[in-house]
Amino acid sequence: MDLLGRIFVKPFQDMAAAPDFLIQVVWEGLVSGTLYALIALGFVLIYKSSRIFNFAQGIMVVFAALTLVGLHQMGVPALLALPMTLVVMFFLAVAIERLVLRPLVNQPDIILFMATIGITLFLIGFGETIFGGETKRMITRELYIPAGSTIFEPFGGFVAIEHLDLTALVAAILLVTSLLVFLNKTRIGRAIRALGDDHQAALSVGISLSMIWVVVWFIAGIIALVTGIAWGARAGVSFALEIIALKALPVLLLGGLESVAGAIIGGLAIGVLEKLFEIYWGQPLMGGGTETWFAFVFALIVLLFRPQGLFGERIIERV
Amino acid sequence: MLYRVAGQYKTSYQADYALFPVRQDAFLLGIILIMAFVVLPATANDFVFRALLIPVLIYALAAMGLNILTGYAGQLSLGTGAFMGVGAYACFKLVTIFPEMNILVAVLLSGFFSATIGMAFGLPSLRIKGFYLAIATLAAQFFLVWLFQKWGWLYNYHTSGAILVPNIQMFGITVSGPTATAMAQYYFVLGVVALMTILAINVTRGRIGRIWKSVRDMDIAAELVGINLMKAKLMAFFVSSYIVGVSGALFVFMWRGAAEAELFDVQLSFRVLFIAIIGGLGSILGNYLGAILIVALPVLLNVVPRALGLPISSSMVEHLNTMTIGALIIFFLIVEPHGLARFWQIIREKLIIWPFPH
Repeated sequence: MDLLGRIFVKPFQDMAAAPDFLIQVVWEGLVSGTLYALIALGFVLIYKSSRIFNFAQGIMVVFAALTLVGLHQMGVPALLALPMTLVVMFFLAVAIERLVLRPLVNQPDIILFMATIGITLFLIGFGETIFGGETKRMITRELYIPAGSTIFEPFGGFVAIEHLDLTALVAAILLVTSLLVFLNKTRIGRAIRALGDDHQAALSVGISLSMIWVVVWFIAGIIALVTGIAWGARAGVSFALEIIALKALPVLLLGGLESVAGAIIGGLAIGVLEKLFEIYWGQPLMGGGTETWFAFVFALIVLLFRPQGLFGERIIERV
Repeated sequence: MLYRVAGQYKTSYQADYALFPVRQDAFLLGIILIMAFVVLPATANDFVFRALLIPVLIYALAAMGLNILTGYAGQLSLGTGAFMGVGAYACFKLVTIFPEMNILVAVLLSGFFSATIGMAFGLPSLRIKGFYLAIATLAAQFFLVWLFQKWGWLYNYHTSGAILVPNIQMFGITVSGPTATAMAQYYFVLGVVALMTILAINVTRGRIGRIWKSVRDMDIAAELVGINLMKAKLMAFFVSSYIVGVSGALFVFMWRGAAEAELFDVQLSFRVLFIAIIGGLGSILGNYLGAILIVALPVLLNVVPRALGLPISSSMVEHLNTMTIGALIIFFLIVEPHGLARFWQIIREKLIIWPFPH
């Protein structure tokens, strides 16, 4: 009885008792949820256009951030380093398409998935060789990203909102909007969606597979750079980011592998829920650290009821 | 030339489906077994035992477990590392609760714990497929590793949070713990792995194996011809997790000597998956080939620059290692997506028809 009370009653009493703390927790959840959503977006784009489950998105985030910081350390001004990083990401996209994807066209999904894990290992080694393995500080000030925080006082309490997080949120919204416009209104965007619908039909009307793949991987690289800046500003740039990127996977499960909207909503939902669970259930009842698995277990439970995720395409199977 | 099949007539279907339809296959296997049981132990030193032979066998066993699930039954799993952990922790608890139990029995029993847990986490496979299932198995991976850290009973509330393998004797020979000799451990591992391999070959060649293959190739069609999907999939999870659990117990007791929860993280799962895929999905032989490649490669890469006298720092060697392994994985996938086992098949066929091209 006491245990049931602690599971079902006490957490909600705690929430009601300190609403300002609750708001702070939800805000923190929203911010990390935005970052999950951004990583998931990179996955979704590539999955939609090529049916490749791109495991390397996480390391691309690290690699983009490392390149940016590394270039700055070599003496390149920050505002010049940004476009230079984009150029590097473009060449990375071209290299991946030429060296890895093109020879593997038409192979089973799992082989391509493995290949992206190979890319991940390669980029980890490559990044460590060039930039070193230690944690670096993100060059937020040099990029004119505002620091400091605004403090609200709702319910006579205290909620601090970091300007850094606010910037990340705004940047994410801008990025997603421009991405949606790009996908829906431009020629290339239409070609990407056509490839996602039916590979062979798209090829037969003259859409170039390799060109689209380069474009898609480059866009994923841009998303990775934005994610890398936002996350690096919070936690520093290190290879630990790559592990955190695994958290984007349950977001994909929840939202569905093909849905842009699903990635965003799923990301925000998982960000908020895992923070709430950790603070109100995980720490008092289970000794904390539940953030490593909560998202996966939650997504798994949702999946039992909707096997293709909340927004994924319904799988129709025929013999 | 070496594989002359002329004169080996088959007069019944039974002979055609035998384990060794060509006599030379059995001969080759005999040579490999003599190598494994006699020649290698006689010539190897401690370093070779601990850095090459024992890990190759253990990883091959883990990959075999995964291969039964992924290669034969078609269910992609990324939770292998955690299931190895379940086997290791179960073995540790068995050994500490019943100290007089024979270590061989403890190792073989511990597989049943991971099999049960693996089956429980296999339940979603009835509704979820493909990559969705792969991510779902990550739930097992992260949840179980968290449990290994937080549940003190599992590691007997040791302050370090790690499990330490005690000295264990079997028939008067120390086979496990700090004082065990590498050779005793090698023979123990070799025995268990050989036993499991015979078991796996027989299961996959028989009725159950054929059921799994039909589920892998098209599960709806399999259901239509009267295969119970639930039974088939759960059985695949059970058998696979059993083998993986045994390999996990061997991993800690016969090789590492001590283990923390982090040892069984997602990187271990990926390493085993690499071995299974590079070796060849749907093949027993492939697991050994893949394990030899993945285990031997880092050792070689460590030795080569030092032998050449190149002045490279050890951290740099490690970075270059990661990079080379990544590149090699991509290279092997491009050259032969069906794995090293298929590579061997092609060579064998060429040898049989040699000197003719077709």
